[in-house]
Order: sequence, then C-alpha cells, then structure tokens
Amino acid sequence: MNELTQTSARGLAQMIRDGEVSCEEVTQAHLDRIAEVDGDIHAFLFVDGERALASARRVDAKRAAGEPTHELAGVPVALKDAYVYQGTPTTCGSRMLENWYSPYDAAVVERLQGADMIILGKTNLDEFALGSSTETSAFGPTHNPWDLARVPGGSGGGSAAALAGFEAALAIGSDTGGSIRQPAALTGTVGVKPTYGGVSRWGLVATASSLDQPGPCARNALDAALLHQVMGGYDRRDSTSIKAPMPDVVGAARRQDVSGMKIGIVKQFGGEGFAPGVEQRFHEAIELLAQAGAEIEEVSCPSFDLALAAYYLIMPAEVSSNLARFDGMRYGLQAGDDGTRSADQVMRASRRAGFGDEAKRRIILGTYALSAGYYDAYYGSAQKVRTLIIEDFTKAFASVDVLLSPSTPTTAFKIGERVEDPMAMYKADLCTIPVNLAGNAAASFPAGLSPEDGLPVGVQVMAPALADDRLYQVGAVLEAVLEQRWGGPIWAPLTKEDQR
Amino acid sequence: MTYEELMDFDAVMAVYEPVVGLEVHVELNTASKMFCGCSTAFGAAPNSQTCPICLGLPGSLPVINATAVESAVRIGLALNCSIAERCRMARKNYFYPDMTKNFQTSQSDEPLCFNGSVVIELADGESFTIAIERAHMEEDTGKALHVGGATGRIQGAEYSLMDYNRSSVGLIEIVTKPIRGAGERAGEVARAYVTYLRDMIRALGVSDVRMEQGSLRCDVNLSLMPKGSTTLGTRTETKNVNSLRSIEKAVLHEICRQGAILTSGKTVKQETRHWHEDGTYTSPGRSKEHAEDYRYFPEPDLVPVVCPPSWVDELRATIPQAPSLRRAALQAAWGYSPLEMRDVVAAEALDLIEATVAAGCAPQSARKWWMSQLLRQANAREVSLDELPISPQAVAELQNLVDKGILNDNLARTVIEAVLAGEGMPGEIVQARQLGVVNDQATLDEAVAQAIEANPEIADKIRAGKVQAAGALVGAVMKDLGGKADAGVVRELILAKLA
Amino acid sequence: MALAFEEVVKLADLARIDMTDEELTSLASQLDVILDAVAVVSQVAGDDVVPTSHALDITNVFRADEVAASLSVEQVLAMAPDAEDGRIRVPRILGEAS
Repeated sequence: MNELTQTSARGLAQMIRDGEVSCEEVTQAHLDRIAEVDGDIHAFLFVDGERALASARRVDAKRAAGEPTHELAGVPVALKDAYVYQGTPTTCGSRMLENWYSPYDAAVVERLQGADMIILGKTNLDEFALGSSTETSAFGPTHNPWDLARVPGGSGGGSAAALAGFEAALAIGSDTGGSIRQPAALTGTVGVKPTYGGVSRWGLVATASSLDQPGPCARNALDAALLHQVMGGYDRRDSTSIKAPMPDVVGAARRQDVSGMKIGIVKQFGGEGFAPGVEQRFHEAIELLAQAGAEIEEVSCPSFDLALAAYYLIMPAEVSSNLARFDGMRYGLQAGDDGTRSADQVMRASRRAGFGDEAKRRIILGTYALSAGYYDAYYGSAQKVRTLIIEDFTKAFASVDVLLSPSTPTTAFKIGERVEDPMAMYKADLCTIPVNLAGNAAASFPAGLSPEDGLPVGVQVMAPALADDRLYQVGAVLEAVLEQRWGGPIWAPLTKEDQR
Repeated sequence: MTYEELMDFDAVMAVYEPVVGLEVHVELNTASKMFCGCSTAFGAAPNSQTCPICLGLPGSLPVINATAVESAVRIGLALNCSIAERCRMARKNYFYPDMTKNFQTSQSDEPLCFNGSVVIELADGESFTIAIERAHMEEDTGKALHVGGATGRIQGAEYSLMDYNRSSVGLIEIVTKPIRGAGERAGEVARAYVTYLRDMIRALGVSDVRMEQGSLRCDVNLSLMPKGSTTLGTRTETKNVNSLRSIEKAVLHEICRQGAILTSGKTVKQETRHWHEDGTYTSPGRSKEHAEDYRYFPEPDLVPVVCPPSWVDELRATIPQAPSLRRAALQAAWGYSPLEMRDVVAAEALDLIEATVAAGCAPQSARKWWMSQLLRQANAREVSLDELPISPQAVAELQNLVDKGILNDNLARTVIEAVLAGEGMPGEIVQARQLGVVNDQATLDEAVAQAIEANPEIADKIRAGKVQAAGALVGAVMKDLGGKADAGVVRELILAKLA
Repeated sequence: MALAFEEVVKLADLARIDMTDEELTSLASQLDVILDAVAVVSQVAGDDVVPTSHALDITNVFRADEVAASLSVEQVLAMAPDAEDGRIRVPRILGEAS
C-alpha cells in the first residue's frame, strides 16, 4: 500500500504544491488502493479512473504552468451517489435510477471542480439515503473496514468506509438525520453536518428537503474544515441557502483551543440503550476537554426525547413527496409497459420494481402522516415538536457554547442484525436527529475504541446555527489530546489480515 | 356521445335556485417560468423550454419568480382582495403524467390573496357583486397529445406524447365564493364575471388571457338547491369550458341536467364533467366521491413569502382603472351614446372596435360594421364576434375602400361575406371580383339616359320639380349597373340631366 | 393504534405502489410498531406551540424574471424510456388531469 493514501488531505495538497509528488501519482495511488480493497469494502458504486487521472493531469499541468491552484488542489475526493455529476450514473443506491445520467452537475460538484479537486467516483449509500447502515442500497451493503462483517453506518456508509479504508483522502456526505455523523462515528472518521442552508443542496437528490444538508467527511478535523470551506457558501439556486458569510472553520480547526469554552453535556443522551463502552469513551472525552481548559456543565433538553418520533413523521412525509417523481414516465426505471397497461398501471409497477422495502415503508408511512384526517395528529404535531426542540437548543446555547453527546448509542452493528427490526435501526440516529430538526450545526469526531469490542466510538459536538467553527475548535482539540493518549491517529487496520 | 336527460330551463327555475362557483386559471405572461428560468413563449418546439427544475429531475430546486409574485399581488388588489402579509407555498400531491414531480407547487390554507369582491355589469346595465374567496399562486402542468383511437381525445387513445414546455409556467387560480341569487341570470352572471376578469387582467398586463390558447381557463361549479333552502346541493365541476360563450352555456346546460336528475328523485353525483365544445353535452370525468387526498404540506424547498404593507401600497398605485372606467373613457373618445355603448359591451365588441379604430377606422363606422352585419353573422353561426374569421384590420380596410368611393354600402356587404368565406382581405377581393363601383362617366351617362328614356312619366315629374321621384330612376340605374355605382352620384346626374 | 389492512391498501394506492396482500399485511404490522413509537408527538404538542416547517427564518427568496438556458431537446429525450416527435411517449392515460 502506498503511503500517499494515509497522508492527510492537507498534506497531499502541500506535497503536490511543493512538487514532491504529482497529482497523477496521488490519484493513481488511491485508484490502486480502491482496486486492492474495494472488492471487500464496497465503498464505491462507480469509479472512473480515466476521468480522475485526466483531471489530475490537468492539475499537474496547471501547476507546471505556474497558474494559481486552490488550497486543496489535487486531493482525491469520493462523492456520495446522491449528488448529480454529469458523465457518471447517479443511482442514489436505487434500481429506480440504475441507468440514469444527469444532464447537470450538483453545486457541490462545481465547487470541488472549482477547487481543482479530483473526484474519484460515487460512493454507496442506503437507497435514497433512507437507512442507517448502507444495507438498503440496491447494489449491496458496504462493509466496515474495521470489521467487514459489520456495517459502516448509513446512509453515507460508502463515503465513511472509503475514508476509513484509505480509498480517498476526503469524501462528501449528506446528512438528513445523521447520515454523515453516524457513519463517521462507526468508522472512526470525522463527519460534519453544517448549519442548514450553509451548503447548497442544488443537485443533491432530496431525501427530506427541510432536513437534508451536504457536508464534509474526512479523517481529521482540519481536513474536514478545509473541505467545508470549499463546499460552503451562498448559492442562489437553493432558496434555503444562507447569505451570511461562512464561519471561519479552518481558522477554528487550526486554533486548537477550548480554554474558557463552555461545554454542555446533554443529560438526555446516556444510560439505557447506550453501550457502556460508548459511555466510557464519551466521559473520557469530556474529561480531556476539561483538562484542556473547557468548562463542563450538564444541560437538560427534555424535548430531545421526542426528536426520534417527530423525525420519523417529518422525514417520511417529505420523502413520500420527494420520491413521487420517480414513476417511470420521463426517466429512470420503467416496468410493466407491455402496450396494454395504462400510465397509472405502469407507474405502480415501476415504483414496485424500482423501490426497495425501506423506501416503500417510508413512502407509505409518510403518505399516512400527511393524509387527510391524520395530518394534525402526526405531521402537524411533529412540526410542533420541532419548535420545542429549537426552544431547547436556544435555551441551552444561552448558557453554553456547544453541546456534547455520544454520536450514536452503540458501535457498529453486524450486517443483517437490524434489517428486520426498523425501530432498532432507527434508534441508531437517536442523538443525531435533534440537530437536523432544529437546523443547527453538529459533527462527529473519533473518541477512541470501545473497550468492549475494539470498535470506534464517536463524540458529537453540536453548535448553534452559523457557529460551525465551534465544532472544529472542539474537534481539533479532542483529536490532538486523543492522539497523544493513543499514540497517533486511530486508524482502521490497513490489511485484510488485520481485520476481523 | 353520452345521452343526458335535460329538463326545461324555466321548469327548473320554478323550483330550484342555482349556486355557481367559478375557478379561473390565469397563465402569467412573465418571460420565465414560475420556478425556473425557462422561457414561457407560446408555440416553441416541444420540450425545448425545459430544464432540471420544470422536468422535476432529481436534485433540482425551485426559486420563485419575483415578477410572478408581483403579478399575483396586483391581480389580488384589482379584485379588492386582502394580501397576506406572510404566506407559504404548499405541495399538492397527486400522480399524473403531465406533472413532472407528481406534486404541484401551489398554495393551500395560506393563499396570497383572499376575501375580495368585484362588481360586474350585465348587458342591461344591472350590476352584480361577486365575492372572491381567494387568488393563489401555482404552477402549470405539461401538455399531453393523445395518439391513436378515433378522436384524438383521451378516451380510446393508445398512448400519449408529453410536452413539458408549459410545465411550471406561473398560474394564478382565482376562486369565487358560491354565487347565489342570480337565479335565471346565473349563466349571464358567470359569463359577465369571466369577461370582467379577462378585461381587468388584460388591463393589468400580467397575462395574455386568451382562452383559445389556454392562458385563461375556467372550471364551472354548479349545484341546485330548492328555492328557499339554505343548504347547498351536491355540486359538479365542469371543466374544459374554453370560451366566454361556453361558460354561459355550460351553466345553463348543467342547470337543466341537474334539474332533470333531482326532479326524477335521483341524486346528483359529485364529479367532474367535461364540456364538449360543440356545446351540446358534457361527459362524466373522475368521480369525486372518493376525493383524491392531496396531502398538502408546506413546500420545504421554498421559504415563506412576506408582503410588507408598504410594498403592497406601492403596487396598489399601479392598478389600472376598472373595466367600467375604461369603458367610460372609450365611450367619451368615440362619441357613442350610452345605448350604443351598452350594446357594444353586451356584444363583447369593445376590444374589436378598439382594434378597428386603431387600424384607422372612424369609431362610428367601426361600430356600424361590428354591430350590424357581423353581429348578425356571429349570431347565425352561434359564435362570438372574436371567433368570426375577420380581423379588425380587415374591417378598417373595408371602411377605407368605402371612404375612397371604391365601394358603396351594398358592395361592402358583399365584400364582408367574401372575407368571412375566406377569400382574403377586402382589397384583394375587390380586385379579384372586380367589385369596385362604376366611376366611368360615359357608362354612367349612358345608363342615366336609358333610365330616363324608359321612364318618361317619371322624368316629366322630376322636370316638373318633384325631385323625390328621382329615387325610382336611381333604382333603375343601379339595377342596370348591377349595384356597382354610387347611388348619390347617380342621383346628382339624374337631377342635372332633368333640371 | 392498529392500522387496518384496508387503510394500508389505500395508502399504497395513494402512493402508486403495487403491493401483494402478503406485503401489505407485513407492512401493516411494521407500520403499527412505528406508529406506536411516534404517536407520542400528538400527546405533547399543545395548541400553544407554533409548528415549525423551516428551521431557519429566511423569507422572500426570489429570482429576477429572466430567461435562462434550457436543456436541449436531445438531452431531455435521451433520459426518457420512449420518445416520438420530440415528445416523451407515455402509456395511455386514463381519466383526466386535475
């Protein structure tokens, strides 16, 4: 294995800038690594090596000509297959879009290209990002590089696994209820859900529009901040895009200082349902931050107990409407058109054939939540709970700068373990959901390995809207003290032999 | 063809009170669509004005057209509506191949404009107040072309071809409150209301409001309740009513149809019905007994629209005069009597006369042509004046030929028939048919001489000073020349010869 | 709250997904479990609480009424299962548009 794949994104960009290595070599190293391990991990749905190398050569030429390049120029990045990218299929992990090629690019893709970054390919995800394990992908599950028998989390399991497996230096995710943070926690990587409206959703295939947010995935805090800076900012094509200036996330990651910072520990997230190993690492992280000068206090957010319930009404409701367009008429899978069936019948057959069980489950659930007679009791009430959650956050942030919780109640579970039990699966997002409902920012950072099973544990930092910089401030400090303690970054085993 | 039992209109009216509701869709004439930058130009090649947004492609996001909101507010103000200080767009969820997202971005319980009213005038000058429930913003759907089957209609088609150029073009839906108390004039009232809307919105300049192009579309809701009752009956919704004339006819038709059902002791089915433009029948569409559950919810991809009162007041200042004021101004400019003006309005000839005058015709002449021969033709053909195959330009050209002495009134009437028969513009027809009046002095002199010679007694009377007898000789000359002479000139000639 | 089988049938119909009776039965029981877990929201949200549809308070985001480039007809038709005369061909449509 080429050492280049273990180098940080910032390090790679520096080496390319200094002429120590060419962008083409860096890209090739990652393509080689993908060829070596992705048969086992299955992080990628689609890799276009030729195109990546061609882009790399363009960056090399640009550098050779002395043209200015971006800070992350030449860094290979993996794109969750929920973003449209011309010239590659955009499947969203669904048979429905198996052969669909978009005629336009996502805003995030434009930003990556504008920053001279190299898109390696598209990563696996739960079908239409509906899931917490990447098992609902129509194209097979992604395996956790820490233990191939376990899930990498979801929906962005492909992007997280690509990072943990050293197949990419950076990756793009999208977070509706934890789809960036929960996989980050389960794979020992960093995942950030920016403030809602902080990154353009243009070209991100919608799961639940009021909750979805694109975000960066990386192996360390500073790399994530650098990618965040590339992705973020106002876009007039997204009506929910914020016009305010981006917080200085890179500066915050470099500062590495939490002295005097007030950190609140969310009382509601712990105890029953939380693995002891997760709680142990979480409390160690709190101690380390206190030693670094942060002031710690417990904060109660009682409405967070209702977040999961509200989420599993609002999300499916929006999903049922967003996925209605997939009907086999204009693009995508069409099934059952034998010349005798009506358009309506072909729609029904196409949607039967194109959607997997989880997508169908959530579409039906959402249809129910919005239907006449139930709207007030379900969707309407859930929107009220949303208000209560926002109020809890507002109250909490009046006294603390950030909130802390475990990212997920448990470490990575076994593939197949929760497939038959939707509620057990949904609980994996218990801690990550409130932030999506309230629209503020949060991130998951590695907190070491659980003493129970030796698998990664993540700690979630939550910040007020438009204070995304605080996430990196805390994350970078935590990363530094943990590396001291663990003797270096906590990485997944590099070879199959070392995996379990 | 569906057989429908119809009851005599007067018999229905003796027992029932009709309640009418009108839903009018107005397509905005913004340059770009409601939520994307695609052009709205009419008549472009199919699917050439589509993009990821109006095709509902995955990942695309809508952004509201500012001018569309402004147009909607102006329509609301012209309808004397309250303007919501804050409102949201909502998704109306239902599946249909002409709808690319399978939801229509519309407004539900938070319309932009609400609680308005307009006063309309009927042909005899009686006025009637129509209460407006709401006017809200939404987007149009694509268009289907049905292929196969005998009729080109949806029934019996083998497949359909979709053109999404119209998808997401801005629409304003204007909904009346139930219109009661119009009684036997319900049809007239409905027609006058839509005419009022058309004229008013045209004056605002926010839509082409052309029913034949679909930029103004009307659905007619109608129910009957026993006279004296206060409980609304079951209503039907008649769609596809695509001309002003049809609106009136559809109301009358549905009154007679429902009257027959109720009188026979049966109940009216809540359903949509399709108006067939030949005007003789409607056919049942989707039954609304199991009403589609549209699952409205606030559109999460769009943010609320806030209309500050100061901005609304600025827009209020841009609202042009109501159609009644416009009519008053035109009446003064044209010098029509109140009676003449009322007839013109009733005949829906105002725009046509305005265009004819604009093409160079004197106002009284324009009125004369449209309100006599052409109106008789329209009535005979059972079409409205603007549906006659003659343009205001043609009428102006015709009058010009009369003014120049090339045509007399009789010849001009012949030319009009020829224009209506599709033979071309008046000038072309005069040429082709050699219809111009005889101006050749020798021919005229000869004809006059022959007439005098053939009628010596009449000639004597004229010589004796009874000039009113000249009419008979004029008639003889005109007959001789096949009507192609100026009767005034002929009379002068005769009197000169016999002086 | 238990969902009646007929109710799930109606939901699948509204959502335009063909499902077998067996699938609908199994879905009904799964939905029961989920609805049991989420029903709590209706008990806590009082009339005094204003519902939130957008987490962030942004209003009046508009675009100027300017024509922008459309896709080419070729691009549009290339995605379609079937096309004819520049239009997207779909199976016969029953009923009428709303």
